[in-house]
Amino acid sequence: MSQLSLPWVAKDPAVYQTYRRTAIRNLLAGGIVHVVLALGIFGFFDLGSTAKVTNLKIAISIIGFLAPLAVGLALIAGGLGVLFYKQIGNTLKYGYTAASVFFGGVIGVCLLVWLHSLVFTLSKDMLASPQNGAEVVSLAIFDASLTAREIADYLSANLPRLSNPIVAYVLWPLQFELLRDLLAVGGIVGFVSVIPVFGIWWERKIAGRMQSRLGPMRVGGWHGWAQSPADGVKLLFKEDMIPPDADQALFKLAPYLTFVPPICAMIALPFAGAWVFRDLDVALLFILAMLGIEVVGVILAGWASNNKWSVYGAMREACQMVSYEIPMGMSLLIPVMTAGTLQLTAIADQQGGGFHTWFIFKNIWCFIAFFSYYIASLASCKRAPFDLPESESELVAGFHTEYSGFRWSLFFFGEYVAMFVVSGIAVILFLGGWKSPFPPGFALKTNGTWYVDFVVHVLNGVLFKEGPILFVLKSAFLYYVQLWIRWTLPRIRIDQVLYACVQVLLPLTMVILLGNTLWILGIEHMKIEWLGTIDSLIHKVLVLIGAVLVIGMIWIGYNGYSNRRKLVGSLVIDHLPGS
Amino acid sequence: MLEALAFYIFAAVTLVSAIGVVASRNIVRSAVCLLGTLGGVACLYFLLNANLLAAIQLIVYAGGTLILIVFGVMLTSKSPWVVFDPTRGQVVGAVIVSILLATGLCMLLVGNEWPAGTAMTASPHVKDVGTMLLTDYLVPFEAASVLLLVVMIGAAYLARPEK
Repeated sequence: MSQLSLPWVAKDPAVYQTYRRTAIRNLLAGGIVHVVLALGIFGFFDLGSTAKVTNLKIAISIIGFLAPLAVGLALIAGGLGVLFYKQIGNTLKYGYTAASVFFGGVIGVCLLVWLHSLVFTLSKDMLASPQNGAEVVSLAIFDASLTAREIADYLSANLPRLSNPIVAYVLWPLQFELLRDLLAVGGIVGFVSVIPVFGIWWERKIAGRMQSRLGPMRVGGWHGWAQSPADGVKLLFKEDMIPPDADQALFKLAPYLTFVPPICAMIALPFAGAWVFRDLDVALLFILAMLGIEVVGVILAGWASNNKWSVYGAMREACQMVSYEIPMGMSLLIPVMTAGTLQLTAIADQQGGGFHTWFIFKNIWCFIAFFSYYIASLASCKRAPFDLPESESELVAGFHTEYSGFRWSLFFFGEYVAMFVVSGIAVILFLGGWKSPFPPGFALKTNGTWYVDFVVHVLNGVLFKEGPILFVLKSAFLYYVQLWIRWTLPRIRIDQVLYACVQVLLPLTMVILLGNTLWILGIEHMKIEWLGTIDSLIHKVLVLIGAVLVIGMIWIGYNGYSNRRKLVGSLVIDHLPGS
Repeated sequence: MLEALAFYIFAAVTLVSAIGVVASRNIVRSAVCLLGTLGGVACLYFLLNANLLAAIQLIVYAGGTLILIVFGVMLTSKSPWVVFDPTRGQVVGAVIVSILLATGLCMLLVGNEWPAGTAMTASPHVKDVGTMLLTDYLVPFEAASVLLLVVMIGAAYLARPEK
């Protein structure tokens, strides 16, 4: 049999056509009935009037109006999809349409998430607004501290354009902490699943381009974008083997110990001011602790496999991590000292005045600390040139030699999420977090017309002021640099790794730590004038260097893009200029 | 209600893995059980709003000490599975010490009035902890760091290459 046989696809084309017609009829009719029902309930219970907003009406509006409306629209969309499936399929066959649908979907989801965060902020504002007595929301599960009436009043007083009671009904459930937490956990889990899937495809494409080949090109049409999901499905179906001589319990436990801590780190990693699951006052320490626990999983995996290559990998991981954690923590202390807090949201808030206020340009010590942190973070994520625990050319596959199938993929989920987390820490501590590189005066002004205001708010929230999209873009750049380094630099030997840490990086971070302490003491506490002058001079020079680096990066990127099909070597037809 | 539930879950994790640490004959498995104990205690600290203490517990014990233990076992062991095989004298000594310790702890538990503490609503500020460490508790703090320095010099002395 050449095709998969699906139970709902009849073998006989004529029968299949009747199936299809019935499906279209039922879907469209069901959808219209639901929408009519929803509208009827809306009219009958008078849900649209601002005057009588009660908590009973919330239940009616959610169960009786919003739910049938959503179901009805979904059914109608499904019916239309079946009706036009041939046309849709023909359109999606062209790679560019499929890719634009995919990227349009991603952008749409990002905008939706942003809207969602606005709603959260709004409900927080409402709880803190003076007419509610500035009370803090209580943590109890079924305790609503605001009634729908109060929400409607707040809306009509502060946001008259939104004062439809339906909005109040939608906002009312959002004051429950439990609901927010569930939504946020859903968001974190979704994001954590997308990072490795996208990151692995991106890495393979970059590796391909750096080695004058194409990388994955087939699956999904446009540049093989569906390669990672396809690999994921393949891994799920592979046989899961455990060596008989392995320590069974620890062998099974190790992948989870590698996979769960980076996700836990996401709990405290803020994406923007209000976009954080728990805004811990010790967020930085918590994330470092989680990255440290990840190592335990890797060591256990190597140990439990009972294989000498795995044990070599695990031992290398252990000594590499134990030594590189020290310079990593010490270089992170420098921005923490400058900011005076361990709370990541508070640290990023101090860098909001445009790119010259970012901590990396603050003074020479922070500038060096950024690079020493970045090097140490490469080692802590076991990325090349520090990928000795894995080093596939010497140790088969290092600590995960014996793993296969889903357990194997968990290690990669953990590694790619940890890569994003360390990039995120670097962005928050040194590169302004979610703040825009433009000074605050750059933000667009509203002019009162509602649609212009809407566009202005969207652009400010996404690009010109602050927003999680800026944070993700900056982190993605550092993530890209990690991939770039991996495919550019050769792996170094274990004694070189330890030499680089103990005799180069560690003394360097000690010197910058001492320098930064004296600097802060001299400028902020003793107020030495000439030191202040030197400091502002160095600050200006560093900003200039940063601007030159950014422009150079853009120029290199443009140059690479405009020469993207030209290769190097004696066999190519289209040569790179100058080769 | 939720907090009580979380407390019982974390307390159960701590106790069960603590029993595992003692009962397991394989030293690496003991170390993994120790991870459960330390993590459970850190979670209890989080429940008590002592965020700094919990994070430090995770970094120092779970992320540092535990890795060193496993690392030491891997470097020193000859067979792949290190198994505890105590002699009779060791067992007798351990039993005596454990009974003494248990009696002492029980007497302490029963014979004392335990004051009820008040719950903290917010985590104490990290800055205050730092200030206290460097003012009121400077001598114990420095004594601990001198102790660590001595240990480090001793370890370096033991590990230096023979000349």
